[in-house]
Amino acid sequence: MKLTVSGLWKRYGRRNVVSNVNFELNTGDSVVITGPNGSGKTTLVRLLCGLLAPSKGDIRYKDGEQELSMDAVFAHLGLVGPYLQYYRDLTAYENMQFIAKARGLSVDMPRIDALLERVGLAGRGKDELRTYSSGMLQRFKYVAALYHEPSIVVFDEPTANLDKDGAAIVYDLIQERPDQRMLILATNEPHEIRFGKQHVRIAQ
Amino acid sequence: MFELLSKSLVVFQKDLKLEFRRRYALNAIAMFALTTLVTVSFSIGPLDVEPAVAAPLLWIILFFSAMSGLSHIFIREEEQQTADTLRLVLPPNAVWLGKWLFNVLLLFALELIVVPMFCLMMNISVENLTTFVLIVTVGSIALSSVATIIAAIISLTSSRGALFAVLSLPIALPVLISGIEGTRMAMHGAAFERGLPDLQILFSFSVVIITISALVFEFIWRK
Repeated sequence: MKLTVSGLWKRYGRRNVVSNVNFELNTGDSVVITGPNGSGKTTLVRLLCGLLAPSKGDIRYKDGEQELSMDAVFAHLGLVGPYLQYYRDLTAYENMQFIAKARGLSVDMPRIDALLERVGLAGRGKDELRTYSSGMLQRFKYVAALYHEPSIVVFDEPTANLDKDGAAIVYDLIQERPDQRMLILATNEPHEIRFGKQHVRIAQ
Repeated sequence: MFELLSKSLVVFQKDLKLEFRRRYALNAIAMFALTTLVTVSFSIGPLDVEPAVAAPLLWIILFFSAMSGLSHIFIREEEQQTADTLRLVLPPNAVWLGKWLFNVLLLFALELIVVPMFCLMMNISVENLTTFVLIVTVGSIALSSVATIIAAIISLTSSRGALFAVLSLPIALPVLISGIEGTRMAMHGAAFERGLPDLQILFSFSVVIITISALVFEFIWRK
Protein backbone atom coordinates (compact mmCIF):
# COMPACT_ATOMS: atom_id res chain seq x y z
CA MET A 1 0.00 0.00 0.00
CA LYS A 2 1.31 3.43 -0.90
CA LEU A 3 -0.06 6.89 -0.16
CA THR A 4 1.07 9.85 -2.26
CA VAL A 5 0.02 13.34 -1.25
CA SER A 6 1.01 16.00 -3.76
CA GLY A 7 0.31 19.73 -3.81
CA LEU A 8 -2.60 19.42 -1.40
CA TRP A 9 -4.59 22.57 -0.64
CA LYS A 10 -7.83 23.13 1.23
CA ARG A 11 -9.42 26.54 1.14
CA TYR A 12 -12.47 27.77 3.10
CA GLY A 13 -13.58 31.03 1.55
CA ARG A 14 -10.43 33.14 1.25
CA ARG A 15 -8.55 31.25 3.93
CA ASN A 16 -6.12 28.47 3.11
CA VAL A 17 -6.45 25.88 5.85
CA VAL A 18 -4.09 23.38 4.24
CA SER A 19 -1.37 24.79 1.98
CA ASN A 20 0.72 22.74 -0.40
CA VAL A 21 1.26 19.56 1.63
CA ASN A 22 3.42 16.86 -0.01
CA PHE A 23 4.57 13.49 1.32
CA GLU A 24 4.68 9.80 0.52
CA LEU A 25 3.96 6.89 2.80
CA ASN A 26 4.30 3.14 2.33
CA THR A 27 3.11 0.22 4.41
CA GLY A 28 5.41 0.12 7.42
CA ASP A 29 5.89 3.90 7.35
CA SER A 30 4.48 6.39 9.79
CA VAL A 31 3.97 10.13 9.76
CA VAL A 32 3.20 12.47 12.62
CA ILE A 33 1.41 15.70 11.82
CA THR A 34 1.90 18.52 14.31
CA GLY A 35 1.00 22.18 14.43
CA PRO A 36 -0.63 24.72 16.72
CA ASN A 37 -4.40 24.77 17.34
CA GLY A 38 -6.27 25.87 14.25
CA SER A 39 -3.36 25.13 11.93
CA GLY A 40 -5.37 22.58 9.92
CA LYS A 41 -4.20 19.23 11.32
CA THR A 42 -7.71 17.84 11.55
CA THR A 43 -8.60 19.21 8.12
CA LEU A 44 -5.53 17.46 6.69
CA VAL A 45 -6.48 14.19 8.42
CA ARG A 46 -10.06 14.43 7.11
CA LEU A 47 -8.71 15.06 3.62
CA LEU A 48 -6.43 12.01 3.85
CA CYS A 49 -9.38 9.88 5.02
CA GLY A 50 -11.61 11.02 2.16
CA LEU A 51 -14.03 12.79 4.50
CA LEU A 52 -13.32 16.12 2.79
CA ALA A 53 -12.58 16.93 -0.83
CA PRO A 54 -9.37 18.90 -1.49
CA SER A 55 -9.56 22.33 -3.16
CA LYS A 56 -6.43 21.47 -5.15
CA GLY A 57 -3.92 18.64 -5.31
CA ASP A 58 -4.01 14.86 -5.17
CA ILE A 59 -4.32 12.12 -2.60
CA ARG A 60 -3.65 8.73 -4.15
CA TYR A 61 -3.69 5.34 -2.50
CA LYS A 62 -2.12 2.50 -4.47
CA ASP A 63 -2.08 -1.22 -3.79
CA GLY A 64 0.86 -2.37 -5.89
CA GLU A 65 0.31 -0.68 -9.23
CA GLN A 66 -3.45 -0.47 -8.82
CA GLU A 67 -4.92 2.84 -7.70
CA LEU A 68 -7.63 2.43 -5.07
CA SER A 69 -10.96 4.23 -5.07
CA MET A 70 -11.93 5.95 -1.81
CA ASP A 71 -14.53 3.22 -1.18
CA ALA A 72 -11.76 0.63 -1.42
CA VAL A 73 -9.56 2.74 0.88
CA PHE A 74 -12.34 2.88 3.50
CA ALA A 75 -12.22 -0.93 3.74
CA HIS A 76 -8.55 -0.68 4.82
CA LEU A 77 -8.89 2.43 6.98
CA GLY A 78 -9.17 2.65 10.76
CA LEU A 79 -9.77 6.18 12.04
CA VAL A 80 -9.91 7.56 15.55
CA GLY A 81 -10.71 11.24 15.85
CA PRO A 82 -12.66 13.63 18.06
CA TYR A 83 -15.21 14.25 15.27
CA LEU A 84 -15.90 10.56 14.72
CA GLN A 85 -18.56 9.37 17.15
CA TYR A 86 -20.59 6.20 17.62
CA TYR A 87 -24.21 5.67 18.57
CA ARG A 88 -24.67 6.66 22.20
CA ASP A 89 -28.13 5.06 22.40
CA LEU A 90 -26.72 1.67 21.38
CA THR A 91 -24.57 -0.58 23.53
CA ALA A 92 -20.93 -1.19 22.69
CA TYR A 93 -21.88 -4.65 21.38
CA GLU A 94 -24.69 -3.21 19.23
CA ASN A 95 -22.35 -0.57 17.84
CA MET A 96 -19.77 -3.22 16.97
CA GLN A 97 -22.40 -5.50 15.42
CA PHE A 98 -23.56 -2.59 13.27
CA ILE A 99 -20.02 -1.71 12.20
CA ALA A 100 -19.09 -5.31 11.41
CA LYS A 101 -22.25 -5.90 9.33
CA ALA A 102 -21.90 -2.53 7.60
CA ARG A 103 -18.35 -3.45 6.59
CA GLY A 104 -19.63 -6.80 5.32
CA LEU A 105 -17.76 -8.74 8.02
CA SER A 106 -19.02 -11.44 10.34
CA VAL A 107 -19.72 -10.48 13.93
CA ASP A 108 -16.86 -12.04 15.86
CA MET A 109 -17.90 -11.68 19.51
CA PRO A 110 -14.70 -13.18 20.99
CA ARG A 111 -12.68 -10.61 18.99
CA ILE A 112 -14.94 -7.78 20.15
CA ASP A 113 -14.56 -8.94 23.76
CA ALA A 114 -10.80 -9.24 23.32
CA LEU A 115 -10.57 -5.69 21.93
CA LEU A 116 -12.82 -4.33 24.70
CA GLU A 117 -10.58 -6.02 27.24
CA ARG A 118 -7.49 -4.67 25.51
CA VAL A 119 -8.66 -1.09 25.94
CA GLY A 120 -9.85 -1.64 29.51
CA LEU A 121 -13.57 -1.91 28.80
CA ALA A 122 -14.03 -5.58 29.71
CA GLY A 123 -17.56 -6.27 30.97
CA ARG A 124 -18.95 -2.99 29.58
CA GLY A 125 -20.11 -4.36 26.21
CA LYS A 126 -23.77 -4.48 27.21
CA ASP A 127 -23.84 -0.85 28.37
CA GLU A 128 -25.12 1.95 26.16
CA LEU A 129 -22.38 4.36 25.14
CA ARG A 130 -24.31 7.21 26.79
CA THR A 131 -23.31 5.71 30.14
CA TYR A 132 -19.59 5.90 29.21
CA SER A 133 -17.30 8.70 30.34
CA SER A 134 -15.42 10.70 27.69
CA GLY A 135 -12.30 8.63 28.34
CA MET A 136 -14.22 5.38 27.93
CA LEU A 137 -15.73 6.66 24.69
CA GLN A 138 -12.23 7.42 23.44
CA ARG A 139 -11.15 3.88 24.33
CA PHE A 140 -14.18 2.44 22.53
CA LYS A 141 -13.18 4.31 19.36
CA TYR A 142 -10.07 2.11 19.17
CA VAL A 143 -12.21 -1.04 19.35
CA ALA A 144 -14.32 0.22 16.42
CA ALA A 145 -11.31 1.43 14.43
CA LEU A 146 -9.22 -1.72 14.82
CA TYR A 147 -11.88 -4.46 14.54
CA HIS A 148 -11.24 -5.03 10.82
CA GLU A 149 -7.44 -5.02 11.22
CA PRO A 150 -6.90 -1.96 9.02
CA SER A 151 -3.72 -1.50 7.02
CA ILE A 152 -4.07 2.31 7.14
CA VAL A 153 -4.35 3.58 10.70
CA VAL A 154 -5.17 7.22 11.33
CA PHE A 155 -5.21 8.58 14.86
CA ASP A 156 -6.17 12.23 15.35
CA GLU A 157 -5.45 13.41 18.90
CA PRO A 158 -5.02 9.79 20.00
CA THR A 159 -4.89 10.41 23.74
CA ALA A 160 -7.62 13.06 24.01
CA ASN A 161 -9.65 12.57 27.22
CA LEU A 162 -7.52 9.62 28.31
CA ASP A 163 -5.92 9.12 31.70
CA LYS A 164 -2.37 7.84 32.14
CA ASP A 165 -3.42 4.17 31.85
CA GLY A 166 -5.54 4.87 28.80
CA ALA A 167 -2.68 6.73 27.11
CA ALA A 168 -0.35 3.79 27.82
CA ILE A 169 -2.83 1.39 26.17
CA VAL A 170 -3.05 3.66 23.13
CA TYR A 171 0.73 3.95 22.84
CA ASP A 172 0.90 0.13 22.80
CA LEU A 173 -1.75 0.01 20.08
CA ILE A 174 0.13 2.63 18.03
CA GLN A 175 3.24 0.47 18.08
CA GLU A 176 1.47 -2.78 17.14
CA ARG A 177 2.07 -4.47 13.75
CA PRO A 178 4.35 -1.63 12.55
CA ASP A 179 5.46 -3.49 9.42
CA GLN A 180 1.94 -4.36 8.29
CA ARG A 181 0.32 -0.96 8.33
CA MET A 182 0.79 2.69 7.58
CA LEU A 183 0.33 5.06 10.51
CA ILE A 184 -0.84 8.67 10.32
CA LEU A 185 -0.93 10.45 13.64
CA ALA A 186 -1.99 14.06 14.29
CA THR A 187 -1.14 15.39 17.69
CA ASN A 188 -0.37 18.39 19.88
CA GLU A 189 1.75 16.33 22.26
CA PRO A 190 5.51 16.81 21.59
CA HIS A 191 6.38 13.39 23.08
CA GLU A 192 4.17 11.64 20.50
CA ILE A 193 6.37 12.81 17.61
CA ARG A 194 8.59 9.76 18.32
CA PHE A 195 5.94 7.48 16.82
CA GLY A 196 6.53 8.81 13.30
CA LYS A 197 9.34 8.06 10.89
CA GLN A 198 8.32 11.26 9.10
CA HIS A 199 7.18 14.53 10.62
CA VAL A 200 4.91 17.03 8.88
CA ARG A 201 4.79 20.33 10.72
CA ILE A 202 1.95 22.67 9.76
CA ALA A 203 2.46 26.37 10.37
CA GLN A 204 -0.50 28.58 11.31
CA MET B 1 -27.21 -5.57 -5.78
CA PHE B 2 -27.58 -8.15 -3.00
CA GLU B 3 -24.75 -6.45 -1.08
CA LEU B 4 -26.44 -3.07 -1.47
CA LEU B 5 -29.73 -4.46 -0.16
CA SER B 6 -28.16 -6.28 2.77
CA LYS B 7 -26.13 -3.21 3.79
CA SER B 8 -29.14 -0.92 3.48
CA LEU B 9 -31.01 -3.33 5.77
CA VAL B 10 -28.20 -2.93 8.29
CA VAL B 11 -28.79 0.86 8.25
CA PHE B 12 -32.56 0.35 8.41
CA GLN B 13 -32.31 -2.02 11.40
CA LYS B 14 -29.95 0.34 13.21
CA ASP B 15 -32.31 3.31 12.71
CA LEU B 16 -35.30 1.21 13.75
CA LYS B 17 -33.51 0.13 16.94
CA LEU B 18 -32.56 3.74 17.75
CA GLU B 19 -36.11 4.90 17.06
CA PHE B 20 -37.66 2.25 19.31
CA ARG B 21 -35.21 3.17 22.03
CA ARG B 22 -35.51 6.97 21.97
CA ARG B 23 -38.46 7.77 19.63
CA TYR B 24 -36.84 10.92 18.21
CA ALA B 25 -38.96 11.11 15.06
CA LEU B 26 -42.03 9.12 16.10
CA ASN B 27 -42.83 11.45 19.01
CA ALA B 28 -42.37 14.57 16.87
CA ILE B 29 -44.56 13.26 14.07
CA ALA B 30 -47.25 11.73 16.30
CA MET B 31 -47.60 14.82 18.50
CA PHE B 32 -47.80 17.13 15.49
CA ALA B 33 -50.32 14.90 13.73
CA LEU B 34 -52.55 14.45 16.77
CA THR B 35 -52.60 18.12 17.81
CA THR B 36 -53.36 19.21 14.22
CA LEU B 37 -56.05 16.57 13.94
CA VAL B 38 -57.73 17.66 17.16
CA THR B 39 -57.45 21.36 16.20
CA VAL B 40 -59.00 20.75 12.78
CA SER B 41 -61.76 18.59 14.22
CA PHE B 42 -62.63 21.23 16.88
CA SER B 43 -62.59 24.09 14.38
CA ILE B 44 -64.89 22.22 11.98
CA GLY B 45 -67.18 21.21 14.81
CA PRO B 46 -70.30 19.19 14.06
CA LEU B 47 -70.46 20.33 10.42
CA ASP B 48 -70.55 17.73 7.69
CA VAL B 49 -67.29 17.99 5.78
CA GLU B 50 -67.37 17.59 2.02
CA PRO B 51 -64.62 15.52 0.38
CA ALA B 52 -63.47 18.74 -1.37
CA VAL B 53 -62.52 20.08 2.08
CA ALA B 54 -61.61 16.84 3.85
CA ALA B 55 -59.06 15.66 1.26
CA PRO B 56 -56.88 18.82 1.44
CA LEU B 57 -57.11 18.80 5.25
CA LEU B 58 -55.92 15.20 5.39
CA TRP B 59 -52.95 15.88 3.09
CA ILE B 60 -52.01 19.07 4.97
CA ILE B 61 -51.86 17.03 8.19
CA LEU B 62 -49.83 14.28 6.49
CA PHE B 63 -47.44 16.73 4.79
CA PHE B 64 -46.62 18.83 7.84
CA SER B 65 -46.42 15.78 10.11
CA ALA B 66 -43.93 14.27 7.68
CA MET B 67 -42.00 17.55 7.61
CA SER B 68 -41.83 17.63 11.40
CA GLY B 69 -40.21 14.22 11.73
CA LEU B 70 -38.68 12.78 8.60
CA SER B 71 -35.72 15.17 8.52
CA HIS B 72 -34.38 13.65 11.76
CA ILE B 73 -33.00 10.72 9.81
CA PHE B 74 -29.97 12.66 8.55
CA ILE B 75 -29.90 15.65 10.90
CA ARG B 76 -29.43 13.32 13.87
CA GLU B 77 -26.39 11.70 12.22
CA GLU B 78 -24.77 15.11 11.62
CA GLU B 79 -25.63 16.53 15.05
CA GLN B 80 -24.38 13.46 16.91
CA GLN B 81 -21.27 13.32 14.68
CA THR B 82 -22.03 9.79 13.54
CA ALA B 83 -22.33 10.74 9.86
CA ASP B 84 -18.59 10.28 9.29
CA THR B 85 -18.81 6.81 10.82
CA LEU B 86 -21.48 5.94 8.25
CA ARG B 87 -19.34 7.46 5.48
CA LEU B 88 -16.41 5.25 6.46
CA VAL B 89 -18.23 1.93 6.83
CA LEU B 90 -20.97 2.01 4.19
CA PRO B 91 -21.35 2.81 0.50
CA PRO B 92 -23.47 5.97 -0.03
CA ASN B 93 -26.35 4.23 -1.80
CA ALA B 94 -26.77 1.74 1.05
CA VAL B 95 -27.07 4.68 3.47
CA TRP B 96 -29.66 6.40 1.30
CA LEU B 97 -31.70 3.22 0.70
CA GLY B 98 -31.70 2.29 4.39
CA LYS B 99 -32.78 5.79 5.41
CA TRP B 100 -35.45 5.88 2.69
CA LEU B 101 -36.88 2.53 3.84
CA PHE B 102 -37.01 3.82 7.39
CA ASN B 103 -38.82 7.05 6.43
CA VAL B 104 -41.36 5.11 4.33
CA LEU B 105 -42.06 2.78 7.24
CA LEU B 106 -42.34 5.70 9.68
CA LEU B 107 -44.88 7.52 7.50
CA PHE B 108 -46.88 4.32 6.99
CA ALA B 109 -46.95 3.77 10.75
CA LEU B 110 -48.17 7.33 11.26
CA GLU B 111 -50.89 6.91 8.65
CA LEU B 112 -52.14 3.70 10.22
CA ILE B 113 -53.07 5.82 13.25
CA VAL B 114 -53.85 9.23 11.75
CA VAL B 115 -55.96 8.31 8.70
CA PRO B 116 -58.57 6.17 10.56
CA MET B 117 -58.67 8.79 13.36
CA PHE B 118 -59.17 11.56 10.79
CA CYS B 119 -62.07 9.70 9.16
CA LEU B 120 -63.60 8.95 12.55
CA MET B 121 -63.28 12.44 14.02
CA MET B 122 -64.44 14.19 10.84
CA ASN B 123 -67.20 11.66 10.31
CA ILE B 124 -66.05 10.83 6.80
CA SER B 125 -66.92 7.65 4.99
CA VAL B 126 -64.62 6.65 2.17
CA GLU B 127 -66.72 5.29 -0.69
CA ASN B 128 -63.90 3.77 -2.74
CA LEU B 129 -61.54 2.25 -0.22
CA THR B 130 -59.19 0.57 -2.75
CA THR B 131 -58.42 3.82 -4.58
CA PHE B 132 -58.11 5.67 -1.26
CA VAL B 133 -55.61 3.19 0.18
CA LEU B 134 -53.58 3.14 -3.06
CA ILE B 135 -53.46 6.95 -3.32
CA VAL B 136 -52.42 7.39 0.31
CA THR B 137 -49.85 4.57 0.07
CA VAL B 138 -48.16 5.70 -3.17
CA GLY B 139 -48.45 9.35 -2.09
CA SER B 140 -46.65 8.52 1.14
CA ILE B 141 -43.85 6.79 -0.73
CA ALA B 142 -43.49 9.93 -2.87
CA LEU B 143 -43.55 12.18 0.20
CA SER B 144 -40.99 10.04 2.03
CA SER B 145 -38.72 10.04 -1.02
CA VAL B 146 -38.78 13.85 -1.21
CA ALA B 147 -38.26 14.15 2.54
CA THR B 148 -35.30 11.75 2.56
CA ILE B 149 -33.23 13.47 -0.13
CA ILE B 150 -34.06 16.98 1.14
CA ALA B 151 -33.12 15.86 4.66
CA ALA B 152 -29.73 14.71 3.33
CA ILE B 153 -29.16 18.10 1.68
CA ILE B 154 -30.25 20.27 4.59
CA SER B 155 -28.36 18.21 7.19
CA LEU B 156 -25.19 19.79 5.77
CA THR B 157 -26.46 23.33 6.33
CA SER B 158 -26.74 25.39 9.50
CA SER B 159 -30.41 26.53 9.30
CA ARG B 160 -31.86 23.05 9.07
CA GLY B 161 -35.37 23.33 10.53
CA ALA B 162 -36.53 26.24 8.40
CA LEU B 163 -34.97 24.98 5.20
CA PHE B 164 -36.59 21.56 5.30
CA ALA B 165 -40.20 22.67 4.84
CA VAL B 166 -39.21 25.56 2.51
CA LEU B 167 -37.33 23.24 0.15
CA SER B 168 -39.73 20.31 0.42
CA LEU B 169 -42.95 22.20 -0.32
CA PRO B 170 -42.26 23.17 -3.95
CA ILE B 171 -40.81 19.75 -4.74
CA ALA B 172 -43.67 17.90 -3.06
CA LEU B 173 -46.36 20.10 -4.63
CA PRO B 174 -47.22 17.58 -7.40
CA VAL B 175 -47.66 14.93 -4.67
CA LEU B 176 -50.03 17.16 -2.74
CA ILE B 177 -52.05 18.14 -5.81
CA SER B 178 -52.47 14.57 -7.09
CA GLY B 179 -52.88 13.16 -3.59
CA ILE B 180 -55.64 15.63 -2.76
CA GLU B 181 -57.44 15.09 -6.07
CA GLY B 182 -57.20 11.30 -5.88
CA THR B 183 -58.31 11.25 -2.24
CA ARG B 184 -61.25 13.56 -3.01
CA MET B 185 -62.44 11.22 -5.78
CA ALA B 186 -61.99 8.13 -3.60
CA MET B 187 -64.03 9.77 -0.83
CA HIS B 188 -66.73 10.62 -3.38
CA GLY B 189 -66.81 7.00 -4.50
CA ALA B 190 -65.58 7.61 -8.07
CA ALA B 191 -64.59 4.52 -10.05
CA PHE B 192 -60.98 3.32 -9.86
CA GLU B 193 -60.39 4.43 -13.47
CA ARG B 194 -61.07 8.06 -12.52
CA GLY B 195 -58.46 7.98 -9.79
CA LEU B 196 -55.95 6.19 -12.00
CA PRO B 197 -54.36 9.33 -13.57
CA ASP B 198 -53.53 10.71 -10.09
CA LEU B 199 -52.19 7.34 -9.05
CA GLN B 200 -50.02 7.26 -12.16
CA ILE B 201 -48.69 10.77 -11.44
CA LEU B 202 -47.84 9.79 -7.86
CA PHE B 203 -46.18 6.58 -9.02
CA SER B 204 -44.18 8.32 -11.77
CA PHE B 205 -43.17 11.09 -9.39
CA SER B 206 -41.92 8.50 -6.89
CA VAL B 207 -39.90 6.70 -9.57
CA VAL B 208 -38.34 9.98 -10.75
CA ILE B 209 -37.44 11.19 -7.23
CA ILE B 210 -36.07 7.78 -6.20
CA THR B 211 -33.95 7.59 -9.37
CA ILE B 212 -32.63 11.15 -8.98
CA SER B 213 -31.91 10.52 -5.30
CA ALA B 214 -29.95 7.35 -6.07
CA LEU B 215 -27.92 9.25 -8.68
CA VAL B 216 -27.15 12.43 -6.71
CA PHE B 217 -26.94 11.13 -3.15
CA GLU B 218 -23.26 10.20 -3.39
CA PHE B 219 -22.33 13.79 -4.35
CA ILE B 220 -24.36 15.19 -1.46
CA TRP B 221 -23.07 12.61 1.02
CA ARG B 222 -19.39 12.94 0.09
CA LYS B 223 -19.56 16.74 0.58
